[in-house]
Amino acid sequence: MASVERPKLPEREHLLPRGHTIASVSDKISSIVLARQLKYGWVLGLMVSFVLVMGLFFAIGCLFARGIGIWGVNVPVAWGFAIVNFVWWIGIGHAGTLISAILLLLRQEWRTSINRFAEAMTLIAVACAGLFPILHLGRPQYFYWLAPYPSTMGVWPQFRSPLIWDFFAVSTYATVSLLFWYIGLIPDLATLRDRAKRPFAQIAYGFLAMGWRGSARHWRRYQDAYLLMAALATPLVVSVHSVVSFDFAVAIVPGWHSTVFPPYFVAGAIYSGFAMVLTIAIPLRAAYGLRDFITDRHLENMAKVMLASGLVVAYGYATETFTAWYSGHEPEWFSIVNRATGPYAFFYWLLLLSNIAIPQLLWFQTTRRNVYALFAMALVINLGMWLERFVIVVVSLHRDYLPSSWGMYVPTRWDWFTFLGTIGLFTALMFLFIRLLPVISIFEMREMVEQSQDESHVDHA
Amino acid sequence: MGHCHGKSNGLPSSPEQCAATGPRMWRSLEELAGDEALIKSIEGEFPSAIEQLTDLASRREFLRVMGASLALAGLSGCIRQPEEKIIPYARAPEQIVPGKPLYYATAMTHGGAGIGLLVESHMGRPVKVEGNPLHPAVPEIMRAANERAPASQMRFGATDAITQASVLSLYDPDRSQTVLRSGQIDTWESFFTQLRHQLEHFDATRGRGLRLLTETVVSPTLADQIQQLLAKYPAAAWHQYEAINDDNALLGARMAFGADVSPTYDFAKAEVILSLDDDFLGDGPMHLVYARQYAERRRQAAEGRMNRLYVVETSRTPTGAAADHRLPAGEHELISLLVAVARGLKLDLPETSLPAVQQPWVDAIVDDLGKARGRSIVLVGRNQPAFVHALADNLNAVLGNIGQTVSFRRPAAARVEVQQDSMRELARAMGAGEVEALIVLGGNPAYNAPADTKFADSLNKVRFSVHLSEYADETSALCTWHIPQSHYLESWGDTRAADGTVSIIQPLISPLYESKTAHDVVAALMGNPDAASHDIVFEYWRRQHEAAKTAGAFDAVWQKTLHDGAGAKTAAPVKNVSIANNLAAVLTVALVREAGANQSTNVQLVFRPDPSLWDGRYANNGWLQELPKPFTKLTWDNAALVGPDFASEQKISTGDVIELKANGIAIEIAAFVVPGHPSQTITLHLGHGRERAGRIGNRVGVDVYPLRASTGNWFAPIESIRNTGRSYTFATTQHHHLLEGRELVVAGTLDQLQANPDRPAFMHVGEEANPRDSLFPIWKQDGYQWGMVVDQSSCTGCNACVVACQAENNVPVVGRDEVLRGREMHWLRIDNYYDGEPSNPATYHQPMLCMHCEKAPCEIVCPVAATTHSAEGLNEMTYNRCVGTRYCSNNCPYKVRRFNFFDFNAELRHNPTMQLRPNPDVTVRSRGVMEKCTYCVQRINKARIESEKDGRSIRDGEVVTACQAACATEALTFGNLNDRSSAVAKSAASKLNYPVLGELNTRPRTTYLAVVKNPHPLLAKATDHGVS
Repeated sequence: MASVERPKLPEREHLLPRGHTIASVSDKISSIVLARQLKYGWVLGLMVSFVLVMGLFFAIGCLFARGIGIWGVNVPVAWGFAIVNFVWWIGIGHAGTLISAILLLLRQEWRTSINRFAEAMTLIAVACAGLFPILHLGRPQYFYWLAPYPSTMGVWPQFRSPLIWDFFAVSTYATVSLLFWYIGLIPDLATLRDRAKRPFAQIAYGFLAMGWRGSARHWRRYQDAYLLMAALATPLVVSVHSVVSFDFAVAIVPGWHSTVFPPYFVAGAIYSGFAMVLTIAIPLRAAYGLRDFITDRHLENMAKVMLASGLVVAYGYATETFTAWYSGHEPEWFSIVNRATGPYAFFYWLLLLSNIAIPQLLWFQTTRRNVYALFAMALVINLGMWLERFVIVVVSLHRDYLPSSWGMYVPTRWDWFTFLGTIGLFTALMFLFIRLLPVISIFEMREMVEQSQDESHVDHA
Repeated sequence: MGHCHGKSNGLPSSPEQCAATGPRMWRSLEELAGDEALIKSIEGEFPSAIEQLTDLASRREFLRVMGASLALAGLSGCIRQPEEKIIPYARAPEQIVPGKPLYYATAMTHGGAGIGLLVESHMGRPVKVEGNPLHPAVPEIMRAANERAPASQMRFGATDAITQASVLSLYDPDRSQTVLRSGQIDTWESFFTQLRHQLEHFDATRGRGLRLLTETVVSPTLADQIQQLLAKYPAAAWHQYEAINDDNALLGARMAFGADVSPTYDFAKAEVILSLDDDFLGDGPMHLVYARQYAERRRQAAEGRMNRLYVVETSRTPTGAAADHRLPAGEHELISLLVAVARGLKLDLPETSLPAVQQPWVDAIVDDLGKARGRSIVLVGRNQPAFVHALADNLNAVLGNIGQTVSFRRPAAARVEVQQDSMRELARAMGAGEVEALIVLGGNPAYNAPADTKFADSLNKVRFSVHLSEYADETSALCTWHIPQSHYLESWGDTRAADGTVSIIQPLISPLYESKTAHDVVAALMGNPDAASHDIVFEYWRRQHEAAKTAGAFDAVWQKTLHDGAGAKTAAPVKNVSIANNLAAVLTVALVREAGANQSTNVQLVFRPDPSLWDGRYANNGWLQELPKPFTKLTWDNAALVGPDFASEQKISTGDVIELKANGIAIEIAAFVVPGHPSQTITLHLGHGRERAGRIGNRVGVDVYPLRASTGNWFAPIESIRNTGRSYTFATTQHHHLLEGRELVVAGTLDQLQANPDRPAFMHVGEEANPRDSLFPIWKQDGYQWGMVVDQSSCTGCNACVVACQAENNVPVVGRDEVLRGREMHWLRIDNYYDGEPSNPATYHQPMLCMHCEKAPCEIVCPVAATTHSAEGLNEMTYNRCVGTRYCSNNCPYKVRRFNFFDFNAELRHNPTMQLRPNPDVTVRSRGVMEKCTYCVQRINKARIESEKDGRSIRDGEVVTACQAACATEALTFGNLNDRSSAVAKSAASKLNYPVLGELNTRPRTTYLAVVKNPHPLLAKATDHGVS
């Protein structure tokens, strides 16, 4: 990549400390994958995750055998944990593409060392999210009726339904994210192929590298393709969560029916996505000694993005409240009052604390530079964003237009099993990813070496 | 007439005839079955087969399994199916066309009188009950439209929740299926043998020691049989007892008139009604007719004929909620108020202490009653003491109402007696060992006899006791013999309406189990166990016909009576009554005694029949158990209902388990705070806490009969009340009863309406919304456009529509746990709202069903087009397209959609008896699909087919939805909105019509008529009913 003319900036910390060579970068990152030894912590982590995944399978088995009634959903709260989790996971799945695509187009170089695992996280989060809309169906065996396939019945999906838009948006997003991630992986897969010692690994990585030889022509086409994919993925970052927000905004439920939802959902998604990237990056760099690649400056930059998106989210809450009051529509205003004072008020205030109050500490550089504080805050924001979806889905539904139909929602153990199960699925897949694929883009880091150390010759492996 | 003759084609004329075919084929097996040792050995070898016996569909299947088991037992290892002949359906039974239901007239006896029914039968299976409009206790639905229609048009009459649900009991797999001797399965032959043996003994003693206990006998045939029995055994005695009886009214009539008479009312002529604890709109043998007459007057506001209803009550009843002025009161307060009114109307009575706040009440009532002489009614509930009834009779006489709005007839019961005394005498005799044999025909005295009679204990002292009942219940368990009784839909019999009109009960199906009727059993007591109840009833009426020397052949009369469901000119004549000379003196004495008792009394327990389970006999009926009770919306339970003032005074809140002590006995029951409940009383509903009701009814709620003594069995002073500190969760279907300032129920007064009939001041809802303000196109609306109007002034919240809908549309029962989770399935619910002071708020019932919105929010969010709009304005649900996202339910502002969270219909598939129950015209929904009210689309389509055959359009009144058909007050009107002359179009055009949540612009097809109350000017500004 050509270096960019930039105005003179004050001296900044380097994204890659001096002393790294192209070889040392390649060694360091590929060794995580190619080392024979399994780390003790990795095995333990995968085991715990595996148990949770088994819990998920058990919960799904019972769900299919007995029906959706094992969950806590009812009338009026016909959507519960499943939709809360779906929106939460989809939101988390936003950071990867944002980092990869938008920051790439904006030439934010610091993205280089985090984009790979952020993209993996995105894919895995979208996979977790994708489970829920199918599981939550009363008759999950017919989920494919949402697809416009040429059926003998001559029936098409009902295209006015936001769930159909959702179906397309999420599946497009998952497809593009997967392609983007895989294209980005190809040069690194070739590196692994070349460095692998065992025949199986050589064959497997060789197969996945699709004959990458690193020729100039390869690189030229590769750069074009990658940029194109980035351009394609960029609108999706905005569209997916906008469409997810339509599930609510298009409905007439007080607390859902609001035009502020699309931007505010997108901001929330970025917010939670970055929180999740931090949640993974901080332990990852500690466990595998990657502090040279994921520096404190990286963490600080992510903290700044969180702060900015968090403020947009806060603005969203304020607008929502104001509009509800300004509408003069009693049920609309009641839905806001009920959030703050109703039976679920505790969760609303906890949400405001987690998503708005505590993150204000990010204004201070000392907080942004404190790894422990950042990690704790990332967890708090993850919780806060989950609560936000809970408040939107459950608290809006439980008291809508007719007081006669007001009800309560209490999740059952099956709801928890399923939720924790997807967290287990997420971590299990993350552990496998860390072990099987380079967590940091090797070839892009090599470019960083070139740029940061101003070396004249680059030898592409 | 649309309903068919109930002659014998396709129907067995008696259970015996059917029974005769069984034993002939399987004689040897039956005999084998009697052998206990053999049964034991089979049970060991084929436990599953024996287990199935409790759940079997039919006699035939019972026998087949039995036969197979026995065959296997005999020929171990060799499996051979018993031979069965398959008869081709080449010669179809006359009149039976598959897919076309037949209607038969029959009747059900409930609460001491009969109600005429038309029962819908599909291929020999009764599936739905409707009222018979030719019966005097049943008002006709859409009468005006029917009168314009040709005679072929089906005419329906109203029903109540209990009659609607009775069809479910028929198919109840828990009904008793076999004769039991000391709890062991036995045979009828063996029972008859034993009985013959016993009777030989009584032949010698002229029946001394033989007692017969029945419920209130209104069947003329049964009464005649019993009289013959008593003639044969003159020393024997016959007792009648029902836990819910009209003793007080009878004693009151004796006091007032010196005659055994009971009143019937004409509310059509009544301008002013004062009800003292009488739930005449929801309870009593004529309540359907009364409710209709009342509601019709209510709707005549424009003509200036609107009536005014005052209710003073010690509990909460639908009648109280409907009143223009309702006063919650303790028993003594109620009496004081009535006395003050009577004194105001110049009756010579001693003065009673009356709280000053009630003086305006007395003034208003005296004013109104005084102005409406001959056009008013004063009526008193069955729970009030006899002298209050006498006082009301006296008032009616003074006001000149007798002969105008109130008339007296001989009671419907065949033998009039004070049942409380009869039961006491029987229990005494049993305790004293004077009873050698007790034959109990129906009822469940071991469960519901007054606690102080110790009936259950005394029963052990009876050497030979027999209990005939539909269930092997608490009494059966204590009797030597339990013999299964046929359901009324399987029986021949007869009954009388409250006015004396005779109906013949004809069976719709041969008995599902080995059961018999009371007629059969009494015939067996007379030494004739082979008599068929059809012949018994037929012969009795033939004899009556001949004795009366009426013109015409009896066969024709019989056929016509069967067909019409009500015997012509069989009503009892109105009796001329006059007030007894000594009444004033008697009343004075009673009042002085009452005033004395007044000093010591604190809070009182009020016993009430359960709105769904009655005295407990319907406890195993899932529809009734899950029916949300008025006001509390409580299902699967009873509670101690307390007033809000009392609750805050005692620091009790809903769900607190309290210990109540009365009559020296303490029970624990959870409290339920009901706005508007008097603070001087605690209401307990009878009929719960059954031990042997069946799998559905066992141990549901708390049995409060132990607190109920034979003296003062409607009220009991509390000895102590204690909060146990424990709490209990009620399964209610509505948790929030306040309007939250939302204009969901619009209410106003008659004055407001008269001041501006075209635009009453209270009708300002939805002004802002212009129906044309929509981004979506307004579709062309031609052809039929179905719609419904709900008149909230007329709705009494009686729940008949809810059960009717459940029966018609195969709505499943989900059970207490699922109701707790908010998953009840009722397509139609009645929302209950309070407005005003909790001590006595205005109460509104708002039936809520699918609104069939023209701009339906549910339709646009369904991703698979499973809910769509029809050209006729129906919001249709395509079950087999539904994937179950439940988005439609979220987006429904009325929350009328119901989701099958589980396979709620599993029972229907797995239980062969239950398989017979569903209405074949309506799909049974599977797990994971959404469902909701369809406006009974199956009935619309049926009418469409008929109309297209005739090449005409569907007439008004030709489509009657199930809920509408059940509604006594005609609060529900359904029809084609495009037909300007239709009843529904007229209602929709009413100035009182408004859509609920109209501001959402969903353009609902179900709209509502505002509540109009008619307060007395003197009381309008007083504390009660703060009409919004």
